Amino acid sequence: MTPFAGYDMPITYPTGAVEEHLACRRSVGLFDIDHMGQLEVSGPGADEFVSRMASAKILDMKDWDARYSLLLNEKGTVIDDLFIYRRPGAWWIVINASNRETDLAWFGAHKGAGVSVVDRSDDTYMIAVQGPNAIALLDAVSDRKISGFPRFTSGDAKVAGVPCFVGRTGYTGEDGAELFFPAGKAVKLWDALIAEGIRLGFATIPVGLAARDSLRFEAGMPLHGHEISPEINAIEAGFKWACDFDKEFTGKAALQAVLSEGPKRKLVTIEVQGGVPREGYQVLSPDGVPIGKAVAGMFCPTVRKYACNAFVDPAFARSGTDVQVVIHGKPKSGIVAKRPLYLPTYRR
Amino acid sequence: MSTIDKNAKYRPSHEWARREGNLVVIGISDHAQHALGDIVFVELPETGKVFKQGDTLGVVESVKAASDIYMPLSGKIAAVNGDLAGSPDLVNKDCYGSGWFVKIEAAKLPEWDGLLTPEAYEVESGKEE
Repeated sequence: MTPFAGYDMPITYPTGAVEEHLACRRSVGLFDIDHMGQLEVSGPGADEFVSRMASAKILDMKDWDARYSLLLNEKGTVIDDLFIYRRPGAWWIVINASNRETDLAWFGAHKGAGVSVVDRSDDTYMIAVQGPNAIALLDAVSDRKISGFPRFTSGDAKVAGVPCFVGRTGYTGEDGAELFFPAGKAVKLWDALIAEGIRLGFATIPVGLAARDSLRFEAGMPLHGHEISPEINAIEAGFKWACDFDKEFTGKAALQAVLSEGPKRKLVTIEVQGGVPREGYQVLSPDGVPIGKAVAGMFCPTVRKYACNAFVDPAFARSGTDVQVVIHGKPKSGIVAKRPLYLPTYRR
Repeated sequence: MSTIDKNAKYRPSHEWARREGNLVVIGISDHAQHALGDIVFVELPETGKVFKQGDTLGVVESVKAASDIYMPLSGKIAAVNGDLAGSPDLVNKDCYGSGWFVKIEAAKLPEWDGLLTPEAYEVESGKEE
């Protein structure tokens, strides 16, 4: 167990991180992610407020739609990343545990009259069910067909008798869902999902923080504090697609300036030979000139590669470019890879 | 509870050494592989390289972290376990067998006597559990 944003979290279960990762790609991974925060935003001014705070296009979302967005400051750098669900009459916004106080303060400072922002994190539990068998498992224990919810939508359903808000979303690159429900029902729901997995003959494996990280890393998804942070702008991190320049949002002007000048560095994924690249390791040009630093790196179990994400000089950002990563004092050869290493199922 | 190879001797930093003919085989203990978690890469020296007792022999990379491994005895590398390049998880699965690291020609056999006996290592590593 390790302390994480005020929660005790397992880095791995006894299964081990590599097998947890592979089991999620092969069958079903269960993620105990109660640490994630949830905010509920409502009131007559809520739609305009959420649209102004979030970088992504928001106002075209229909009830039950779900969408990824960044929360930017005026510099266009990343306060947090969000999953935004439009429930009838309220916005349900999932935030990172470590940013809860910051996000609440930011929303509080910018909301006008007619907007209510309520922190629902403490009374809400969150479990993610991810993997190729995840939806069949949920269908078997729910009073509605979760398979009937299209990807990036949501709905209310009773799962194993527990009233849940179910998002057809996730952080693994696999199909699956994220369940939000009253905190007191967590053990009951967790045990019911494991039991139903056994009954259906699906390997249903609890997944710890280490495999959660490698799953998201392979699928090209960012982790706040690594690929995105208040020191990193949305363009250099590769999130132009999550910014709607046809609307007004906080940070828009700064990002337009970055776009017109060109970013000074870019996020790349580098495949490395002969070692495990990790956060903080130096990235060099083939001539040995420093060109950037790794922000995350690991062994990727599905693609069986050693890789890191790094911000580098844009001259070295094209896939196929030769670079080096310094591992334990020795430069190791690397090549800029096509991102993501593992194509998420919803993009196939 | 970790297993101990009764035919090996140990360094307090969790390497084992076992005499096989004229050579000494070296690896890491069950306690060590368990504490490290899933091992994803092992960096080992080339054959012919000479080390003193206590030198850094290589690096074990687990999912969690990189850890140096140390020479339990002075000597010259006679063989390196090439299977670990493709299957570093052999260290998790069979740390006293197919998960061995190197075989050395030991230079100073008196050093052998200074290593921990299986019984002493069991007590030492047990304190960490």
